[in-house]
Amino acid sequence: MQETAPPGHNLPEFAVSELAAAIRRTLEGEFGRIRVRGEITELKRYPSGHVYLALKDENAKLAAVIWKSAVPRLGLAPENGVEVIATGRLTTYADRSTYQLQIERLEYAGEGALLARIEALRKTLAAEGLFDSARKRPLPRIPRVIGIVTSPRGAVIRDILHRLADRFPREVLVWPVAVQGQGAAEQIAAAIRGFNALPEDGTIPRPDLLIVARGGGSLEDLMAFNDEAVVRAAASSAIPLISAVGHETDTTLIDFAADLRAPTPTAAAELAVPVRVDLVRHLDQLRARASSAIARIVNERRLRLERAARAIPDLPTLIAAGQQRLDDRAARLDTAIGTLLAARRHALDRIAARLPHPRETIAARRAALELVSQRLQDRIGRVLAAAEARLGALAPRLDSVSYQSVLARGFALVTDQAGHAVTSARAVTPGKRLGLRFADGEARAIGEGTAPRRGVPRPEPEQERFL
Amino acid sequence: MAVRPEKQRQAEGMADLQGMSFEEALAELEGIVGRLEAGKGSLEEAIRAYERGDALRRHCAAKLAEAQAKVSRIVETGGTASGTEPLDTDA
Repeated sequence: MQETAPPGHNLPEFAVSELAAAIRRTLEGEFGRIRVRGEITELKRYPSGHVYLALKDENAKLAAVIWKSAVPRLGLAPENGVEVIATGRLTTYADRSTYQLQIERLEYAGEGALLARIEALRKTLAAEGLFDSARKRPLPRIPRVIGIVTSPRGAVIRDILHRLADRFPREVLVWPVAVQGQGAAEQIAAAIRGFNALPEDGTIPRPDLLIVARGGGSLEDLMAFNDEAVVRAAASSAIPLISAVGHETDTTLIDFAADLRAPTPTAAAELAVPVRVDLVRHLDQLRARASSAIARIVNERRLRLERAARAIPDLPTLIAAGQQRLDDRAARLDTAIGTLLAARRHALDRIAARLPHPRETIAARRAALELVSQRLQDRIGRVLAAAEARLGALAPRLDSVSYQSVLARGFALVTDQAGHAVTSARAVTPGKRLGLRFADGEARAIGEGTAPRRGVPRPEPEQERFL
Repeated sequence: MAVRPEKQRQAEGMADLQGMSFEEALAELEGIVGRLEAGKGSLEEAIRAYERGDALRRHCAAKLAEAQAKVSRIVETGGTASGTEPLDTDA
């Protein structure tokens, strides 16, 4: 490459700096902007913001630098061990006689490397539990507000909005983001966090469902959705999240972190809301079922009631029957006492008829008494007659021994005034009035002497003498 | 069962539904319809369940009625949403 001195003759002499400048010109002129493929190694980030690293393969190593100004536009975050294709300019570092690549852009070196890197991150995040099914939140059946993180323009957002309007018109908030290229991942992650940061009662309605969407593209186009920050933001979203990135066959890491993965953006809209008319129809069916069920329940109860009612005997009839029996019994009761009395009276009469009246008994007894008394009188009469007869028989004999006969013989019975016999002469006191009974009658006499004031009457001895 | 004014009963029936999501209300409604169709329980319970179901259905219908499309885009200031503006997807 050196065009200067011919061999073995008059070698030109360079000052060091001249040589350095010449090499620099040669290198930069020959290579200019180049793409170099290699594995990142010896990565160092300096406080100045510049990043130093090396690219290597089996046999060689190339120093490289990423100026601070280039870092945001790199396209990926450099990491040791990642095979990349670096785009930049080759330049020299004259101070140390080295050359280095000034990297402007980094790409993953081919799909294999990219996929390997994605897989490594997937395993790391899965090990953290970010993809656990336990973390999945159920989607609201009818979200009130749907937040969509996607590009504000293009087919994706239009497809989603159209499908939502067809199925169930909802309030939609679009958080506009770049979905590929520089800063896309950061914007997407920030949008997911931003929706979650909305207060419940703020002026901006907080979505109750998020859709993170992007249309189809190359693996590299979809790389923002494999970004760790995006995946972590999706996993930690408090709002249920549907991922809809690329086509059906594309899988990005956000799909693992999402609560639901939609194969396409249109499908995301279908998963987000039910078909309103279907729900209206379902509600109508439920209403009809409830109505017929309650009607059946009421009707069944009514039939049971009617059946039961039929089994109840007719109350008025029941009462009338009872009344009739009561009347009957009452009537029989009324007559019963009369009948009973009549029967008793009859029995009494029968007995009374056999009961003799006291008068009759008295009459009978009196008759018997009279009979007896008659017989008694007869008997008495006969006894008296007998006694009279005996007396009569005895009288002459008595007469013969009585004092009468003595009187007849000339004796007299002296008596005092009281009729008592005076049997003593001393009893005949002067003046004493005496009776002298003779056989043919009585005569009176007075004792001799004067007033009987002294002395003892002595008629008794006289009387005694007389006897 | 005690007869209460229709308005009051509706107010009672709807009061606790206010914060209820559509799916909660629909799930309860479906449960009520299923039990009504099974025909179990007393007549009074059935009628109460029917009234509850009717309130749930009206709640669900109201939720379905609020179907209006409003599309806005977030206006972002420093990573947080500071407001909204109409979205034009064609621009």
